[in-house]
Amino acid sequence: MVKAAGGRPDVATSALSMLKLGDVPEPELPTRDWVRVRPNLSGICGSDLAAISGHISLYLDPLTSYPFVPGHEVVGELEDGSRVVIEPALGCVVRGIDPPCPRCAEGRPGLCYNVTEGPIEVGLQTGYCADTGGGWGEVLVAHPSQIHTIPEALSDEAAVLIEPFACCVHAALRGGATKDDVVVVSGAGTIGLLTVAAVKLFTPPKRLIAIAKHPTQRDLARKLGADQVIAPADVYQRVRFATGARRLDGMNRPLLLGGADVTFECVGRADSLNDAVRYTREGGTVVAVGMPGEEKVDWAPIWQRELTITGAYAYGSEPKREGKRTFDLALEAAAEMHLHELTGPLFGLGEYRDAITYAMSAGRLGAVKVAFDLRRLRA
Amino acid sequence: MPRPGAVIEVDRNTPPVLFHFGEGIRLEKLPLGARIVYPPDPLDPIAHPERAIKRALARPLEDDPLKALLRSGMKLTIAFDDLSLPLPPMAAPDVRQLVMEEVIDMAAEAGIEDLHIIAALGLHRRMTEDELRHIVGERIFSTFHPDRLYQHDGEDPENNVYIGKTAEGEDVTLNRRAAESDLVIYVNLTLVPMDGGHKSMATGLASFRSIRAHHNAKTLLASRSYMNPPDSALHHSCIRQGQIIEDTVRVFHIETTVNNHAFPAIASFMQKRETDWTAQDQAMFLATKQMTDIAPVGFKRNVFHAMRAPYGLTSVQAGQVDAVHDQTLGAVRKQLTVRVEGQTDIVTLGVPYLGPYNVNSAMNPILVVCMGLGYLFNFYRNKPVLRKGGVLILTHPCRYEFDAVQHPSYIDYYDEVLADTTDPIEIEKKYEMRFAEDPWFRQLYRKSHAYHGIHPHYAWIWAAHAMEHAGDVIFVGADRDVVHRLGFKAATTLEDAFEMAEQTVGRYPSVTHLRMPPIMLADVE
Repeated sequence: MVKAAGGRPDVATSALSMLKLGDVPEPELPTRDWVRVRPNLSGICGSDLAAISGHISLYLDPLTSYPFVPGHEVVGELEDGSRVVIEPALGCVVRGIDPPCPRCAEGRPGLCYNVTEGPIEVGLQTGYCADTGGGWGEVLVAHPSQIHTIPEALSDEAAVLIEPFACCVHAALRGGATKDDVVVVSGAGTIGLLTVAAVKLFTPPKRLIAIAKHPTQRDLARKLGADQVIAPADVYQRVRFATGARRLDGMNRPLLLGGADVTFECVGRADSLNDAVRYTREGGTVVAVGMPGEEKVDWAPIWQRELTITGAYAYGSEPKREGKRTFDLALEAAAEMHLHELTGPLFGLGEYRDAITYAMSAGRLGAVKVAFDLRRLRA
Repeated sequence: MPRPGAVIEVDRNTPPVLFHFGEGIRLEKLPLGARIVYPPDPLDPIAHPERAIKRALARPLEDDPLKALLRSGMKLTIAFDDLSLPLPPMAAPDVRQLVMEEVIDMAAEAGIEDLHIIAALGLHRRMTEDELRHIVGERIFSTFHPDRLYQHDGEDPENNVYIGKTAEGEDVTLNRRAAESDLVIYVNLTLVPMDGGHKSMATGLASFRSIRAHHNAKTLLASRSYMNPPDSALHHSCIRQGQIIEDTVRVFHIETTVNNHAFPAIASFMQKRETDWTAQDQAMFLATKQMTDIAPVGFKRNVFHAMRAPYGLTSVQAGQVDAVHDQTLGAVRKQLTVRVEGQTDIVTLGVPYLGPYNVNSAMNPILVVCMGLGYLFNFYRNKPVLRKGGVLILTHPCRYEFDAVQHPSYIDYYDEVLADTTDPIEIEKKYEMRFAEDPWFRQLYRKSHAYHGIHPHYAWIWAAHAMEHAGDVIFVGADRDVVHRLGFKAATTLEDAFEMAEQTVGRYPSVTHLRMPPIMLADVE
């Protein structure tokens, strides 16, 4: 019903919503080595909004256990007071499965075969599993392998972005742009902006073009390393010029002969995806970073241009960085990035309707990462 | 006897003066004591153009009669100026058609079979068939097009040849057909002193390699102005290249001039001084003003671009390039020159709907600058009408509007280059080759109807001298964002512009309005 209403925030947070605020029992520790984490801040992710508004892909339904407490972008405290961020993927190690599945053995817990196994319910991530709790609650439980201690200097406001930033670092490394490439990052929400930063830091290309809609997004994209920021309506004109491609105007939308070498698609909507496969050069790569739903995409350009379409989900160990964990790479890089400037406004859990409404219009309202502040509950 | 140009001082009885405003017009009251410079009335045209043409071909300047140069079995090429002039396009028959018909008849009489006709468009856009037909006439078009009447392609690697280097190190290339001809007859129409002479072939039948020798910021800044060839580094360079061309191929040059009868009867009020307006002119002004105030842009554009000018031929001369051009310049100056005493603090100009590079399309912001700060500002001899550091005030809506077919590279130049810098020298260093060598722009120039990729840069540097000379440039009634992108100031009204200008030139400035078009050449004492 929420989806039928277009996912409007007032409907998505009404009595019809799957999202309720209430008291639930604290999650139990699945095994003795798990620990309790008290979230300080927990971000509202695009995937959370997609779930709440009914736009999320039903593909994910069997990979989720209900009811669950949302929230997977978490900075919190352990019982000993140390501050940590949570790596939410619930792979073989977290589930205590040994030997691990082939993907987990490769260091890719986001692709785990065993997400239905072990002492916890089915779920890809903390925040989508009935047994772990989530960041939008007062307590969650985590396996030690999910815990990353954060340095003193990194504020909660910066640390709450480590999880999405790790996703973007992983995406940048999967995209594998080289110094001779023209790279386009489509979308300038949290994922788009952090992908700009990750590409600039980890695979700096010849030219990095960000597509941003709103003024604050444009400013931030430049600040985070985009060489050029363009409006969605100008994408063909600008990418054509940047790449020396040729432009043909079709009946529905243009296409480029030539184009960007690598495109990071961080919007996940049909329009943006259909453009991406038309302005990415023949034989180029499109990395789906932003969580897409069930979108209608014309496959002809993918077929004719022999594009490599690749997903970039979550994080793990990065073979292109000597197997270093993505979270560690993100944490190291974050020290110099002033990520806290991207966080806010913060809402209490009791204000969740306002928070969701705000987050759904974050770009237009000049915000990037809207988050819940749970420190207030303990004050 | 046509009246010469005039400089009128504004007093209490002076009526408001006409300002062109793109596809619109405005009447503006100028401050007391301001000067209005009016162009001369159109000179009387030659009564029998065909006879004058025959005479010129039979009695050329410093060359043999054309008939003596034509012989059976020779390879003959006729080249002619493209649609960038005259403006507005001339009512049929175009004088180029009359000249070419005469030349072709003579060639036929001589038994010449190998005759090609080439539109010498340089790096301008290819014309449509209708545009081509309008210049050459139906008879020539249907006989020669497309095999033996075609358009120069400055990017065709097979059909442009390198023919040498000038003493100044300027490369010279030439259309292969022209270079390999026994005789090239160039048919020119000179509307302003910038046109014609060696520049015709040195740009019209050349490639980017050759044209960039003089189409660059340094040369343009050293041309004071390019409307006065003796003081124009642009023309000196073209002359050097032209001499190489003359060493390569036999050239017979034919130049024509027309009077400045730029507007048809329906728009005769634009041609006249306001004090001469009849009741009918006033009615036409009001009707035009009403129409342009309320009509959609596309409709207005169609109406204006359909206008054909009843130009009359004022001279035709043939023979050796320099000798011919000398006479041509005399004829042009006779039509255009207005003596103006001294410079002023402020010059006002109305930028019309049309310039050389937007025939049948929108005048985009770069072309507005090219027209206002390029062409109109440079219509002077000796000194600019505007004093150094003075304020140039222009009226034009200056919308963000581009014709994607004719001006594709202009869009990128505006969006990317001018967002980076507006400095012509810096732009040239950073962007010249990128625009010149972009394969898509190259293809659109060669196969579609697009100006060459480098052309927006040429349009921009055409204004380089004015940008350097003026202390401030203010656009009245223009889109503010666009004007700021161009690096200038925007004012809502002319009064506001005068107030803003006082911050640069001080209180009680002297003001001169150059009432163009019709065009004129201010000879500033």
